[in-house]
Amino acid sequence: MEIIRMENISKIYPGTVALKGVDFTLNKQEIVSLLGENGAGKTTLMKILYGMTAPSSGRIFYKGEPVRFKRPIDAIEKGICMVHQHFMLVPAFTVVENIIAGSEPGSNIFLDKKKARQEVIDLISRFKFNVDPDAKVEKLSVGEQQRVEILKVLYRKADVIILDEPTAVLTPHEVDDLFAVLRRLKDEGKSIIIITHKLKETKEIADRVVVLRDGNLINDNVDPRKVSTKELSEMMVGREVNLQARRPAKHIGEVCLKVENLTVEEDGKEKVKNVSFAIHHGEILGIAGIEGNGQTQIIEALTGLRKPKSMKLTLDGKEVTGKSSDFLKAGIGHVPEDRLSMGLVKEMSVMENMILGYHRESEFCSKKGLLLKKQISQYAEKLKKDFLVKAASIYSAVSSLSGGNQQKIIISRVFSREPKAIIVAHPTRGVDIGATEYIHNQLIELRDRGAAVLLISADLDEVRALSDRILVLYEGEIVSESMPGELSEVEMGLLMTGGNYMVEEGKQRD
Amino acid sequence: MIKNIDNARKIKMGSSFMNSAIALVISLILGMVIIGISGYSPIESYIAIFGVSLGTLKGFALSLSQATPLIFTGLAFAFAYKVKMINTGAEGQLYAGAMAAALVGAYITNLPSGVHALLGFAAAFLAGGLAALFVALCKVYLNANEIIVSLMLNEIIIFFTSYLANGPLKPPGSGVGQTKMIEDTAKLTKLIPQTQLTTAIFIAIITACVLAYLLDKTVFGYEIKVTGHNLKASNVAGINVSKISLITFALSGAIAGMGGAAMVLGVNYRFVEGFSSGYGFAGISIAALAAYNPIGVIFSAFLIGILKSGTITLNRTTSIPVELVDIIQVLVLIFVAAPALIKSIMSRAKKVRSKSSREEHMEVKTSDI
Repeated sequence: MEIIRMENISKIYPGTVALKGVDFTLNKQEIVSLLGENGAGKTTLMKILYGMTAPSSGRIFYKGEPVRFKRPIDAIEKGICMVHQHFMLVPAFTVVENIIAGSEPGSNIFLDKKKARQEVIDLISRFKFNVDPDAKVEKLSVGEQQRVEILKVLYRKADVIILDEPTAVLTPHEVDDLFAVLRRLKDEGKSIIIITHKLKETKEIADRVVVLRDGNLINDNVDPRKVSTKELSEMMVGREVNLQARRPAKHIGEVCLKVENLTVEEDGKEKVKNVSFAIHHGEILGIAGIEGNGQTQIIEALTGLRKPKSMKLTLDGKEVTGKSSDFLKAGIGHVPEDRLSMGLVKEMSVMENMILGYHRESEFCSKKGLLLKKQISQYAEKLKKDFLVKAASIYSAVSSLSGGNQQKIIISRVFSREPKAIIVAHPTRGVDIGATEYIHNQLIELRDRGAAVLLISADLDEVRALSDRILVLYEGEIVSESMPGELSEVEMGLLMTGGNYMVEEGKQRD
Repeated sequence: MIKNIDNARKIKMGSSFMNSAIALVISLILGMVIIGISGYSPIESYIAIFGVSLGTLKGFALSLSQATPLIFTGLAFAFAYKVKMINTGAEGQLYAGAMAAALVGAYITNLPSGVHALLGFAAAFLAGGLAALFVALCKVYLNANEIIVSLMLNEIIIFFTSYLANGPLKPPGSGVGQTKMIEDTAKLTKLIPQTQLTTAIFIAIITACVLAYLLDKTVFGYEIKVTGHNLKASNVAGINVSKISLITFALSGAIAGMGGAAMVLGVNYRFVEGFSSGYGFAGISIAALAAYNPIGVIFSAFLIGILKSGTITLNRTTSIPVELVDIIQVLVLIFVAAPALIKSIMSRAKKVRSKSSREEHMEVKTSDI
């Protein structure tokens, strides 16, 4: 039975067409994966359905009736709810309080807490959710918080649930839990739309796949059981891509970057506990782990942004100390965690951003401290061409570029300085497949030119595909070291969450 | 390629100047309304203000001389704002600079005239710079709020210089708080006789040009801009943020100090207690009106200079209360400070216009508008 029908939906923003005559349907008790790259229009389509933005043209039918929601609250009242990528929970409130917030039972003045709690407990047991109703949300893991968000929409009697990139923040194990929950919801008669660009998960959970590309509907009836991930990705990108193929290092050389006894203390707690590792020339060392397990602190220590409690850092046998400028000068490149807040000045031009951090080099700056504008603009034009940065000109403000192209500016800036070692954090976060593929290739080329690369990423697939050796970080400690392929995704996922896993005999940890 | 840069820049600066221009027009119109409501003729008043200020040589000179200290204080605020620091201390720095220039002018003798005046400016530069450096040190090393420290320091400097002018430095027989007259060699050359317009205006314009050059062409300016826009990114880029902030803020104070020297060496020829009619704070609105662009400051200061000199003419020639002109100044500030307000007015105007033009188009099918 058809529950939602969107006909010929178009959305025109000044200068761009976000959606071009897209049709979309959702049947009862169906899980549809809305697949597409960033900017393909999938979020726009769902925002139109949810009443967050108005379509330029097109019609929407819900349960056979024509509807047009002006605000999300109108959609919610009809039973269409959305679980956003960024959770909207009050950390200091309990699970029950968060779930009932906004639709509290009882008379207008007095809150019937007892009744509310009982309703929530009923919901939890009905859908077999594994959540303590009286726990404070701040104490919950990300996966549990997501379950609270889903409970919230169930409490509002949602029939249609839209999930925006629901697996972006989850560990592999949590993804499995989420999918189990979604299947149960489907069995209970709910209809579900998942907005995603992840192919493996699409294949695993979806009954039907709808592919969007550049605002066009490519295919609205793909059977995920009948296509390979490769075919799906080609539908999504419009050409052949290959992200998962490993390209192992050809020549691993001498030790380049050596870190000994790195301990970082923050607010009286040890966030990184006596970590030591070495990276060789021509090697990518990956650090896998859930965010917040000491990655940020390691990055800051290795780039001179923070003084650790203890650390001996040597680069080609020479000790590096001092401030971030000393680390840069010594030849340690840095692709920061968050490009907009740490890596770029969005108000300034592409050109000015392409020399950031290297602006005092004799190539760009005369002895008197004048900027050599002509050389800088030539250099920026060259980088723009070499690294395929899509920008109107090198004088455009960085804020006008897409996320992928912003990231390319950082990659071009750091990689073209031929650093001896490089700390790369989340290089493809929020970047579309095309740019991801490109950045991965650049990273491998840099490695093959002899650089020692430390790759820190929350994307386990990325770490597994690129690394020549993988460390797993849990609560500031390295809990495992393995070669790629040695551990399965599930095994690594367990290690990342502090699970007990026998890596090798005699190396069991708790 | 050069055209490209110019275009990109023009578009960017164009929009902020456009905002200022619209703010100006709106406040002038509102000013007319207010003058009208108060029972005076708006046209007559505007003719009195602008006709004299722009139409006569003396009026023009008066506008420029009124603008001179404002250029310095406007530059001071605009420059500190480039690292997103708020220099509310320009008033105090102005007094410190004035006192330093007055001392150099009065107590150092036997210098060639040009050199003496320049030495006065240098002393003012140092005095204003040191006052601001103190504030910046508190901010960078003690994490103090520069706005509050600056305001406090203003009081200290203004009262201390008053004490000096009323006590140890007061020349015998003087009735008011002031210091000894400076030497003739320290006095700035008048550009037009019997006016207060002196070579100080050139020093002000040169200072603005130097700042513009510094910001646009040097590594120091580049680091200032990066620091101002994104503190975290400048740390990652290895920029010494503390150093940049300290130097920029100290320079900002030094520029305000030079404004004090311009008043002492060009207008009053001595330090006079309470000589500033709020030049330091006027700098804030002037910088905002210029969209924090050093060259723009010259023009916005000139504009305020016109209004100020207009006030003086109004006072002499008509019965219109001068406070009405002050209202216009304040309106300018309000509208400049609220770019969102201007934008909403503009977009509403656009909507109305496009709607009416569409209707016209439909009805008449000939649109000249």
